[in-house]
Amino acid sequence: MSDITADVAVASSHEAGADHGETGHATTTGLSNNKLGMWLFLGSECLLFGGLISTYMLYRGRTQEGPKPSQIYDIPFTSISSFILLMSSLTMVLAVSASKHGDLRRTRLWLCATAGLGSLFVGGQVYEFTAFYREGLGFTTSLFGSSFYTLTGFHGVHVSVGIIMLVSLVAILLRGRIDGNRAEVVDIVGLYWHFVDIVWIVIFTLVYLIPA
Amino acid sequence: MAIVEQPSGPLALRGPSTVTPDVAYGVFRRPVATSGWKSWLFTIDHKKIGIMYGATALFFFLVGGIEALLIRLQLAQPDGKLLSADTYNQMFTMHATTMVFLVIMPMAAAFGNYLVPLQIGARDVAFPRLNSFGFWAFFFGGVFLNLSWFMGGAPDGGWFAYAPNTGVPFSPTHGMDFWVLALQITGLASLSGAINLIVTILNMRAPGMSLMRMPIFSWMILVVQFLLVFAIPVITVALVLLNFQRLFGATFFSVDAGADPLLWQHLFWIFGHPEVYILVLPSFGIVSEVLPVFSRKPLFGYPFVVFSGAAIGFMGWGVWAHHMFASGLGPVSVAVFTLSTMFIAVPTGVKIINWIMTMWGGRLVFTTAMLFAIGLIVEFTIGGLSGVTHAISPSDTQQTDTYYIVAHFHYVLFGGAIFGIFAGFYFWWPKIFGRMLSEKLGKWNFWLMVIGMNGTFGPMHIVGLEGQSRRNYRVIPGMGVSFWNMVETISSLILAVGVLLFVINVVRTNLRPRTAPLDPWDARTLEWMTASPPKDHNFDSIPAVHSIDEFFHRKYEEDEETGDFTKIATAEEILAEQEAHADAHMHLPSPSYWPMVLAFGLPVVAIGLIYNIVISVAGALIIILGVYGWVQEPSVADDSDYGPPGDATKELAAVE
Repeated sequence: MSDITADVAVASSHEAGADHGETGHATTTGLSNNKLGMWLFLGSECLLFGGLISTYMLYRGRTQEGPKPSQIYDIPFTSISSFILLMSSLTMVLAVSASKHGDLRRTRLWLCATAGLGSLFVGGQVYEFTAFYREGLGFTTSLFGSSFYTLTGFHGVHVSVGIIMLVSLVAILLRGRIDGNRAEVVDIVGLYWHFVDIVWIVIFTLVYLIPA
Repeated sequence: MAIVEQPSGPLALRGPSTVTPDVAYGVFRRPVATSGWKSWLFTIDHKKIGIMYGATALFFFLVGGIEALLIRLQLAQPDGKLLSADTYNQMFTMHATTMVFLVIMPMAAAFGNYLVPLQIGARDVAFPRLNSFGFWAFFFGGVFLNLSWFMGGAPDGGWFAYAPNTGVPFSPTHGMDFWVLALQITGLASLSGAINLIVTILNMRAPGMSLMRMPIFSWMILVVQFLLVFAIPVITVALVLLNFQRLFGATFFSVDAGADPLLWQHLFWIFGHPEVYILVLPSFGIVSEVLPVFSRKPLFGYPFVVFSGAAIGFMGWGVWAHHMFASGLGPVSVAVFTLSTMFIAVPTGVKIINWIMTMWGGRLVFTTAMLFAIGLIVEFTIGGLSGVTHAISPSDTQQTDTYYIVAHFHYVLFGGAIFGIFAGFYFWWPKIFGRMLSEKLGKWNFWLMVIGMNGTFGPMHIVGLEGQSRRNYRVIPGMGVSFWNMVETISSLILAVGVLLFVINVVRTNLRPRTAPLDPWDARTLEWMTASPPKDHNFDSIPAVHSIDEFFHRKYEEDEETGDFTKIATAEEILAEQEAHADAHMHLPSPSYWPMVLAFGLPVVAIGLIYNIVISVAGALIIILGVYGWVQEPSVADDSDYGPPGDATKELAAVE
């Protein structure tokens, strides 16, 4: 009665895995479950950051006490750290490409590079937070302080989670070879990483570049 | 990959599947029990998880119901003395929060989990362990929320939790902290469940099951899961802001620091209005399955029901500010949201017309499930009409915060969502448990609930328009509303007896042998094509689908000239045919401890945030342990763990 027996599904998916870096059963959409799941999760994340960004925009520059945004933002510094984060997207693309070609060594290399650049960005954010705090902008100082730290802090946590994912991935890839299954994991982590970068472009523009 | 499972031998060769695992992942050996309580706690079978969702939600339904009865008893007479003002605030907050987040939403998850894979011809959901995590996060979140009763007072800011009113100065107990954290936990449950079901529906349909051949219940569940994916993060933002405000002194809602008190209202209702459809659309799906079966006709205008459901899903995002007409939004906003709110009544009306046309000219069979479905049409329409009166903003400003609003949303939520869920209980009980619920008790159940709900919520229209305000802990004497309040209280007791009859019915049915026929209602969709209760792997062979109502078309043949249907096969014959062509390799995910461990860490972290950060660290360690174990453990057990190695293993090796 069944058109596609389980054997066929398993066999074809293994072939596909070797050829296209895809994995798993034949699915109705052709997209693997994991990848579709990640896309949906990122869709949900858009609304999360949408809410946080809206809150920041509503309270932008509302300061009764403490420094105003224009008094403490260090645009050249943040531009450099933004550039570093954007470059990490490039290294991520190279990692995904290497994994699709089955090049384990280069995959690891570029994943490490991505994690390194990401860590630089987070380090820059820690430095920035410290500097702002010293200049008198605490979390509870003003509406600007609360919404700034919450928005950029949430983004920083997302980058950090991404770094943990990258490092774990490198650890997993220390042994064995790259098959379709593992290449797809690299691809999915890559989706997450690019999303976090794109969100930063929005945050950098709205928070830092447009004067309040 | 979620269901890359261990292929076991051909079905006929499968022995007892309890095999001792050789490998421990993390600190535990993999759970392998196939019967007993362990097989439930650590299961990742979508059917068992569905039943656990349903049982837990039913328990919370009784808890929330008792809270409602206490509210009604307090309001039975003017100047009631049963509850203090403070306890009353906690009672109505917890009643609403429980009913919305711990009853109706998980009930939809229960039906969705159980039925969607069966209806689309899949063997499980896309991410079985994530499914188990979703259930346990909901379970622990619900328990955590109710712990607040014993730890210094339940939340008292209403289910909408308007900040700044829910800030520490106005709500100094830890109740709102529990509320904020519990909803973040159950939000995680909803989000993971939603992603899971969407991927399942989009990716795992049986051959031939195009989206436009999918049973309407699965369609409505799909729409609801999309609403959840996009609505949950919005309330999460609101909850996080309030959380930071209460625990860490942030200023988001401090008006003296220049905060905008409407921020919370916007964030909450941008979530809150899609939430209304999240609550009611699953029930719309259920009655769209029940009505055709008991009208002996296909659903009238299937594409219209699908697209009106999707339209509700889109338009539901553009009406949130009608909850805020009284807050001074300004004439343009009010006019826009008045119009959009009137528009959204159109797709809802389309559905009601479709249901009525489905029944029109049908040979109606008035089973209990059918009665509840018809009950939904009637009561929901009443609630929908009073809803349209809220859309008219000038009249809404008179109705805001009166019992008229309470009447409206109980008609749509009790008469809509709950009636649909009860229709689902009576309809699918024989499928899920292999036993028929008593129809005789069921009819008492139905009529007592109908009389009770109309007696309870009907008079609220009257007292509301006469000016009785919501959330007031006592009925003010001399307002002329005392009589109707007494009527409401007596009716709520009748309603409670109706619910009690259902519980008795369940217990009685459970004591009887599994004697339900395979196809008691002459049903139409795929879930009836397998055994009752379904086997672990759902279908012996995945059916190929050729039309909407596939099962019906396998049972009946249409005479092309007269259009009459003649029966060509029974359910038993169709099942036997399927068993004869059973697939050689079954793909079943294996049980796991880790989703439960991970979910358990969440309330521990939450308790720590409220009382002592050290506890949070412990909770975080539990979560890390859970993630570590989860990642280490393959989603399927090794050869040695599960099932006798059949020749399938060799075939696989050959392919590789």
